[in-house]
Amino acid sequence: MTEAALSGAVSRRHSPAAPLPVGAISARIILLGLMLVTLMPFVTMFSAALAPSGTYPPGLQWPSNPQWQNFADAFVSAKMDKLLLSSTLIALGVVPVAVLIGTMAGFGLAKLAPRGSKVIYLLFVLGLTLPFEGIITPLYYEVRAMGLLNTKFAIILPLIGLYMPFSIFWMRAHFVNVPAEMSEAAEIDGASAWQQFWLVQVPIARPAILSLAILQFLWTWNQFLLPIVLVEIPLERTMAGALGAFQGQWGTNIPLLCAGSLIILAPTVILFLVFQKQFVAALLQGAVKG
Amino acid sequence: MTSISGQNAQRVSRSPSSGGRGTFVAWAFILPAFAFYATFVLVPVGMSIYYSLLRWDGIGKAQFRGLSNYLVVLSESDFLQILGNAFQLVVYFTVIPVAIGLGVASAIRNHLGGRFGVAARTILFIPQVIPLVAAGIAWTWMFASNGVVNQALQLIGLGGITRGWLGDFDFALPAVGVIGAWVLLGLCTMLLVTGIARIDPSLYEAAKIDGASPWHEFRWITLPGLRQEIGVCVTVTVIAALASFDIVYIATGGGPGIQTTVPGLEIYRLAFAHRQVGLASALAVVLMVLVIVCVLPIQWLTRQPK
Repeated sequence: MTEAALSGAVSRRHSPAAPLPVGAISARIILLGLMLVTLMPFVTMFSAALAPSGTYPPGLQWPSNPQWQNFADAFVSAKMDKLLLSSTLIALGVVPVAVLIGTMAGFGLAKLAPRGSKVIYLLFVLGLTLPFEGIITPLYYEVRAMGLLNTKFAIILPLIGLYMPFSIFWMRAHFVNVPAEMSEAAEIDGASAWQQFWLVQVPIARPAILSLAILQFLWTWNQFLLPIVLVEIPLERTMAGALGAFQGQWGTNIPLLCAGSLIILAPTVILFLVFQKQFVAALLQGAVKG
Repeated sequence: MTSISGQNAQRVSRSPSSGGRGTFVAWAFILPAFAFYATFVLVPVGMSIYYSLLRWDGIGKAQFRGLSNYLVVLSESDFLQILGNAFQLVVYFTVIPVAIGLGVASAIRNHLGGRFGVAARTILFIPQVIPLVAAGIAWTWMFASNGVVNQALQLIGLGGITRGWLGDFDFALPAVGVIGAWVLLGLCTMLLVTGIARIDPSLYEAAKIDGASPWHEFRWITLPGLRQEIGVCVTVTVIAALASFDIVYIATGGGPGIQTTVPGLEIYRLAFAHRQVGLASALAVVLMVLVIVCVLPIQWLTRQPK
């Protein structure tokens, strides 16, 4: 729906031959300003990252002698390869499981709806606005009691639970809108609920599932609170969690801190640029539904 | 979980039509998700409430203290300031992005075309995909004493007011607010731009024929038409402000003094640095309730009429 509206906004543009009306020009100027403000923090980090290591450069200045190897230094000294691996493993531990059980529950609540499931759905929905800080303290003691403190599972397992409200809300909303004839046809064919789920429902739900996976990946990759509380060793954390530790480590070396930050934010930005359409649709719809 | 299997058993005996097997399968679909949710969300929420009644250092024996922790959280001036900081952040996180987003949406209406539109969309979304921690570091550098903000001020002849913004007693909280506004600006703008494109263009044409002023157009067509999108923006940004943590942790650490300390940061500090688990949990419960109390009316106001 959002994607359609977006392309609608795009296609309703004026033909290139006609001169742009004043409104369009002023709109473009405003947008250009916003884009500039959005990009400025990255530009200044980039300019600082190219200054000689250990110096205190001015905010914006093309360095006369750009120190590209600051990026290499930051990569090595932060052990970015290990961090990338750790973040990827955590995301791989969270997203497939959370998407699978969230989709299953969304289907169960929308299509099978056993008696009493309304209460369960309400319980899930109540979790939609839960700030993670609200439960971080007991989560610490719980994870410690499970013997998982300082392992990747300390981040993976709670995140799966924390993502359930949105995942179920999202997938249930999708399944509720799937016309009943589809599943009825499958039922007549004698398909069990399990077969119906995999053979009929999941294929139709693919776009919704993809959006959900994208959002969960982003949230996991960028998660900060859980890693810093539940995992002491920065290298076992997510990228974002490790960045907090590096700020302490490099706080005084602005060029290296900026180079390291740019490296750390690069993976999601690159993924975003590649899958731009899917990301924008997921983020917009995610906000609307969440 | 025992209650579920209890309901399950009842249902099995009561529904001959779908059969016990059907209900069992239905619950099998829901149960894995609920198990994770119960273990890592519902139980901790319950524990937060329980801890909030204790005086406990996290190691030794806990003492039952009733509601006294809540009394401290809701009456001591430091805590009131910390809760107040969160509400002050709402002003920046919510009002700036929504106001700018509305302005841009009304100006752009239907003019966001072609490659420029795609570029704008892409760039404005970047703050949404980077870790908030990175946004915090970038803006710490923007606000540094020789950062871009001060450079720009000097350029326009305001060199007199330059300072290290995040370390300034009066300006640290607004500076943190600006960071949040920057993060949320793109999302709100794109939501509102997308929303305004859905409003029937004939409404605007009719208004033009009637000689309506731009303000009237905005007040009577744009605002009502965007009601739902505005509701979404306000909900998302209010939660982001009240539950802020990452940005503050990185940009100021809550300082100077407690000028920028927010509930999330104070919970973290009380629980893990000061080992006052009871007090931390009371603040956590207050924060959870506060978010729900603020979000529910927004939802009612903006969703029901549709």
